[in-house]
Amino acid sequence: MNAPPIPEAPRKLRVATVSLGGCFGCHMSLLDIDERLLELIEKVDFDRSPLTDIKTVGECDVGLIEGGLCNAENVEVLRAFRAHCRVLVAVGACAITGGLPALRNHLDVGDMLQSVYGEVPDDPELPLPLNRVLPIHEVVHIDHALPGCPPPADAFWQLLQDLIAGRTPVQAPGLIRYD
Amino acid sequence: MSAVDPSFELDGQRVPLQPGDTILAAAARAGLDIPYLCWSAEVSASASCRLCTVLADGRPVAACVTPAVAGQKVECRSASLDVQRLRLLQMLFVEGNHFCPGCEKSGNCVLQVQAERAGMTDLHFETLNPERPVDASHPDVLFEPNRCILCQLCVRASDEIDDKQVFAIGGHGIATRLLIDSPSGRLGDSALSVGDRAAHICPVGALLPKRVGFAVPIGQRRFDTEDTRG
Repeated sequence: MNAPPIPEAPRKLRVATVSLGGCFGCHMSLLDIDERLLELIEKVDFDRSPLTDIKTVGECDVGLIEGGLCNAENVEVLRAFRAHCRVLVAVGACAITGGLPALRNHLDVGDMLQSVYGEVPDDPELPLPLNRVLPIHEVVHIDHALPGCPPPADAFWQLLQDLIAGRTPVQAPGLIRYD
Repeated sequence: MSAVDPSFELDGQRVPLQPGDTILAAAARAGLDIPYLCWSAEVSASASCRLCTVLADGRPVAACVTPAVAGQKVECRSASLDVQRLRLLQMLFVEGNHFCPGCEKSGNCVLQVQAERAGMTDLHFETLNPERPVDASHPDVLFEPNRCILCQLCVRASDEIDDKQVFAIGGHGIATRLLIDSPSGRLGDSALSVGDRAAHICPVGALLPKRVGFAVPIGQRRFDTEDTRG
């Protein structure tokens, strides 16, 4: 008699995260789910992320984008995430609005570089700054957004629980905040 | 319903009427929430923000200026009105430069709380990032036009309460802006004083009394709740 096959565990969700023109505060808030991290890693694998130090993004279920678009490298990374992530989430005020880096938007980039560095830096390793800091929805399609500076840890938890369960994420009223 | 007890229906709830009531005033007295930005019981209504748009017997009207009529059926909460309010709020956010994380009005801001209540998680539209220089010329009041939503509350308060007419609305379309009555066009040269109602009535962070920004800390402000501030 053959033993009945043991059902496979559900496939883990593959999650990538990145901070573009951000301060990593949103990533810190994600870590603030504290001991729930142990429950989370039972259900998700992390792909490219500051948590894994993987440098390129692979095929993923979810991409969490912190920060707005300040330079050409930010745009390239964002497009790679969009191409590889089934669900892309704008995380935090900078990704959604451009945030505090966008305060430079009424200043001339050349003038700023001149006044900060005394000259306009010319090095092929430096990504070109954009004329205007952009929120990410102005460049790629975004599926969901978690507002806040940073979004509360519970907002990350709610979002990931919804996505793991296959539900459309809904933010509870108390979890929507902008500061 | 008797003749001496007139009322109308707001989203299925009975709202008692008093003579001269607008839909918004009657609902506010009954403790029912119709969202608004530009209304205040202290000054006349201007119907400029249109956030309070409701369907009165199926017709879209601004609740802040529309007389309440006995027996009327008023709809405030519906999927289409909620989306319309959300889009209005998103347009206000992208038309100015609204950076809640760096604003001292955060937690006291009517625009912020209405957007939170409307469930706004993104801006939907492209940001316009207008260029509007800050006017810090007044010794006691800061004018931050990047946050102005042209609600005209300061215009009406200065005119009707302070009897000064310091503010007016000028320009057209996307170039519409708040004007200040002074030879230089700057607040410091105007007749505004910090004791004026107009210096305090701003629902957003466009007109702020100086040196009291964080006297009430974040977390203990008008719209802070245990839900949002843990």
